[in-house]
Formats: sequence, C-alpha cells, structure tokens
Amino acid sequence: MTRKLLLALPLLVFVLFVGAALWRLADPPSSTVASKLVGKPVPPFALKPALPTKPGFGAADLAGGQPRLVNLFASWCVPCIAEAPVLAELKARGVAIDGIAIRDTAPDITRFLSEQGDGYARIGADPNGQAQIALGASGVPESFIVDGRGIIRYHHIGAVMPQDVPEVMAEWEKVR
Amino acid sequence: MVLACALLTAGPLAADSNQPPSPYAYKQLEDPRQEARAKALMGELRCLVCQGQSIADSDAELAGDMRSLVRERIKAGESPDQIRAWLIERYGSWVSYAPVFGPETLFLYAAPLLLLLVGGLLAARRLKRSR
Repeated sequence: MTRKLLLALPLLVFVLFVGAALWRLADPPSSTVASKLVGKPVPPFALKPALPTKPGFGAADLAGGQPRLVNLFASWCVPCIAEAPVLAELKARGVAIDGIAIRDTAPDITRFLSEQGDGYARIGADPNGQAQIALGASGVPESFIVDGRGIIRYHHIGAVMPQDVPEVMAEWEKVR
Repeated sequence: MVLACALLTAGPLAADSNQPPSPYAYKQLEDPRQEARAKALMGELRCLVCQGQSIADSDAELAGDMRSLVRERIKAGESPDQIRAWLIERYGSWVSYAPVFGPETLFLYAAPLLLLLVGGLLAARRLKRSR
C-alpha cells in the first residue's frame, strides 16, 4: 500500500504543479510595482521650478504640516490627459496637488496645462527621472499622498480615474 | 509594398519623451574598472518598464535613467551592494536578479541540497539492495 502511494507521488506532484501553473496563467499576478516607501518618509530630493510662473519643491516642503498629493506627470504622457480633469475635481474638493514633471520642457508643460487644465500649486522639474526613481515610481502618471509630517501614506499607479476618486479621497481624509 | 513602407515609417506609440537621455545612460564611465563594476551591476537589475529585461539590455527611458544613476553613484564611490540595497528599498527585492538569502528565498537555496539528499538516499538504498 505504502509502495503504491510512493509510486503515485511523482504523479501527484506533477498534477499539483500543472494546477498551480494553470491557476497563475489564468489569473496572473499584477505586474505593477508598488513603491516600498509607503509608510516611510519622503526620500530627500529637491526640484527646480519646471515653469517660471510656479515654484519648484523638495522633500522638505512636503513636511509642512499639511498633507499634499504629489502627482508625477508629463506633457508627452497620454494617460495624463485622461487624468487631468480628475485632478481638477480633486483640487475642487480641497486636495493640495504638487506636480513632478518627468523629462519635460517648460514650453511643452505650458501647452499641456493650457489645454488640459492646471491643478498644480507647485511643479518641480525632474529632467532625468531621478526623483521618480527615488520615490520608487516606474512610470507616469503616478500619485503619492504625503501627510503633514512628510510620510508617504498612499501610492496610486497609473492615471487616477473617476472611479478611483472615492478611494483617493478616503486616503486623503485619513491623513488630514 | 505600400504596407511595408507604412510599417517602416510608422513611429512607436508615444510612450517616451523627446528629451535627451540622462548623462550616463549611453556613455561609459571614464575609469574602465568603475565601468566594469557598473556594467556587472546593471546586468543584475531589472528594468521596471520592460519587465524581464535587465537595465543593461533595455532601451526604455527609465532603464537609461537607472543606468545613469548606477554609473553616477559608482563614480561617486558607492559600492554596487549599496546601490542595489538603495533600489531594493524602493522597488523591493524584485528589482534585483540576484535573490538575497532570507526567509522568502530559503526554499530556493535549500531545494538543491534537499533534492541531492533525497537522491543520495534513494541511490544508497538501491546500491545496498543490489549487493
């Protein structure tokens, strides 16, 4: 009996393996990489103003007592166009938004904001993506909610769409 | 023919900026010893956009920025392990192709030894019986 069981063992292992493979192929895990910095202080960075009309900002400015939503965007980023009206709505609901312009130029940003709307209080320029990497982000757009003490509380990957507004607002209320 | 021409001239979907790459994205370090260390590390770091490629292989802008970051930090005297740890702090151990030894990877490292042990036992039993 035990010998039969032993002989069946390789088959059993194989069936388990096929089962696991089928399960993961049918329901692949998410391939987005969430920043591991949620719950940790904003890493040190300082960004020059991306536009002559708005100040830039750095990590120190994010620990000013009030929470901020930090939005990584770019004029060359297509989903950012879809996100712009949602950011305007968040701003109307009292969310303070700072932008980080990834690999962008002042004329392009100006054109983008005049066409899509401008909800940013400050915009820092990140010409080489170094702040993007420091924050643990891998694309545009991505958004972080930073509390008044400069601790990252929430990370949203991809465009904030209308259906994401309740979640983002709930996270925002939590840190106010 | 028309289709071929269209395919040749079609631009990729606008997923990249039109900005020049980071300073050391496509430029080697002046010191060959430093470049060798940077190169070795870049081969072991995962590109986060084109997952499955290393940043040394990838042409994505983020990969270029990461190569520049690696080279600039090596140039500034940081060790490859320090840079790897800094990136793992941000993106998790997933960013590195060299898995660190820990509770999550215990089975990975122990499996060859376990299999060798089981195989050895089976072989020993078989040899004993045949004698």
